[in-house]
Amino acid sequence: MLEIRWHGRGGQGVVTAAKFLTDIALFQNKYFQAFPEYGPERMGAPIQAFTRIDDNPINIRTGIRRPDVVAVLDATLIGTVDFLNGLKENGTILINTPEPPEAIRRVLNIENKPYKVFTVNATHIALETIGRPIPNTPMIGALVKALNLAPIEVVLEFLEKSFSKKFSEEIVRGNVDAAKRAYEEVQEG
Amino acid sequence: MKKIDITRIQEFSPEEHPIGGHIQDAGNSELYKTGSWKTFMPEIDFSKCIQCLYCFIYCPDSSILVEEGKVVGVDYDHCKGCGICAAECPKDAIEMKEAIEEE
Amino acid sequence: MDKQKVLALTGNQAVAHAMKQINPDVVAAYPITPQTTIMEEFSNYVANGLVDTELVRVESEHSAMSAVIGSAAAGARSMTATSAQGLALMWEELYIASGLRLPIVLVNVNRALSAPINIHCDHSDAMGARDSGWIMIFNENAQEAYDATIMAFKIAENERVFLPVMINFDGFTISHSIDAVSILDDDVVKNFVGDYKAPYNMLETPTTVGAFDSLGGFYYEFKKVQEDALRNSLPVIQEVYDRFAEISGRHYRHLETEFIEDAEIVFVIMGSLTGSVREIVHEARRKGIKAGLLKVRTYRPFPEKEVVEILKNSKAIVVFDRANSPGASYAPLCSDITNALYKERFIKPVVNVIYGLGGRDLELEEIEEALKIGIDASNGKEYPEKIWISIKGKEVD
Repeated sequence: MLEIRWHGRGGQGVVTAAKFLTDIALFQNKYFQAFPEYGPERMGAPIQAFTRIDDNPINIRTGIRRPDVVAVLDATLIGTVDFLNGLKENGTILINTPEPPEAIRRVLNIENKPYKVFTVNATHIALETIGRPIPNTPMIGALVKALNLAPIEVVLEFLEKSFSKKFSEEIVRGNVDAAKRAYEEVQEG
Repeated sequence: MKKIDITRIQEFSPEEHPIGGHIQDAGNSELYKTGSWKTFMPEIDFSKCIQCLYCFIYCPDSSILVEEGKVVGVDYDHCKGCGICAAECPKDAIEMKEAIEEE
Repeated sequence: MDKQKVLALTGNQAVAHAMKQINPDVVAAYPITPQTTIMEEFSNYVANGLVDTELVRVESEHSAMSAVIGSAAAGARSMTATSAQGLALMWEELYIASGLRLPIVLVNVNRALSAPINIHCDHSDAMGARDSGWIMIFNENAQEAYDATIMAFKIAENERVFLPVMINFDGFTISHSIDAVSILDDDVVKNFVGDYKAPYNMLETPTTVGAFDSLGGFYYEFKKVQEDALRNSLPVIQEVYDRFAEISGRHYRHLETEFIEDAEIVFVIMGSLTGSVREIVHEARRKGIKAGLLKVRTYRPFPEKEVVEILKNSKAIVVFDRANSPGASYAPLCSDITNALYKERFIKPVVNVIYGLGGRDLELEEIEEALKIGIDASNGKEYPEKIWISIKGKEVD
């Protein structure tokens, strides 16, 4: 079972990102779960969301305590939220930041840990493609690359389909571009 | 939905009650005789009555009997003896008399 | 069996979808978290003309239940949905709905009752309504909630039943989580639910509803009929579950068991966290521990005979309650279990675990701890009768 824990702030699209992955899982005939940790949902307050994907039916419904992956949509959470808590030994970290992975390893004091660290400047990409600092779609693109979840074309197609229900063509295009760029620009280290 | 003999409702066994107690026999309040409640009973003096129908309008229990537009008497099976008819009658044609068991 | 499409839906979306397919005559509701998104979605269906429902936007849950009592008494297929304080505000009408034997369907998205104010899941709301004479069904996931909603009217409107049905599922854990849900074809649901012809119709025949029992002349008999009806609904509910299996391939039972044949320690639970308990039961079996699982779906009427059949050979029983009954021997589900066993003269160690109040997560480690207590109890060692498994800041006694 793949367990992803998303960290971000209210308004950054954390829950949407967690739920979007289920569309891909559905397409791949896998079992899935996505749910937010609901609390006081204020804009800017730290929040979490969870995604589980498995080949078998998923029984557990508790929050994810031992994630395989943590995806952090906001680098200002470093030092505020203990997002590494419970991360599996060889787990994956994906952070939205302009810094390279080595710098993040230093900041998080995990230089000697076997974690796989990925960084992507999702906010910057979002501003250039969508025109608003909402980092969730670029984070999806980056995560797809980091975890080799599915062919990027499939993901972009789903993104287009899912966003077309709610948004204008311009915004849909921006989001698709954002995911694609992040897929290409994400760094590992 | 079964029709029921509403007058027996107090004696019903559990199975005899209609589902949810929905009573489908319209107008069954007539079967409930309230005439024995009264201490005083109205008596109409037709020599004074001008057929203004005030008593019929005011009676809260629809107990003033009217035929072809005229008051003809009182339904003593349902009249509770409240005395409103006597109080409202503009000609004092209705007198409240002590009710005596007649049967 | 027809082909079904699988969609990624939240529990609330799944139930709203079921409501769309049922197309009830009247829906009256008032928003409350975590129910709100059901009605939000359903309102869209109404606004877009996808259903013919008369949607009554009332000013409180008290009015919501009153409105559906009125419409159901007039012969309309009527539904509402609520949570927590909303259900509490419906309390007096709940008794009227069941007393008048109205086949109303209420979707209750389980949430804790204040105080302190808390929007998260537990079963306190439903347990407060436990004795109101409603049929109560608890669901583990979005699929079960969707299926139960479709089955609800078939149960409620059955001529041997005529009772309101409450569909329960856990707030947030199910209502706001995305799950894979197999959706039946619209026509399949339409045919299954069928048309509704009320046995009484005050628009056609003048009807007295809820006549006054002035001298205690028939209230007592009336309540006896009502209890008989609720008890007699048990086989009807199973018949509807069976018929639903024919169209869906998903076969439900009042009680669901795993590894029960030779189980020495049996966990009893209902609702969304059944899955976590199931996980520990599977793990225990891998280690050679004879653990078993009993999940309760039909909670009222309580399938006591079946419960005893399942539990009579066990050595210890661990009952998980997501509500408390302060000052009573046990919390509600545990009381039902012990009462059922006692009636048949089975006396055995029972541990009542209080979990998940106000949305507190039930950690796998805590279920493992409960298993250890169950093993001790089954071996004749001392055990706590009631344990607050997730308590913070001190040794759990």
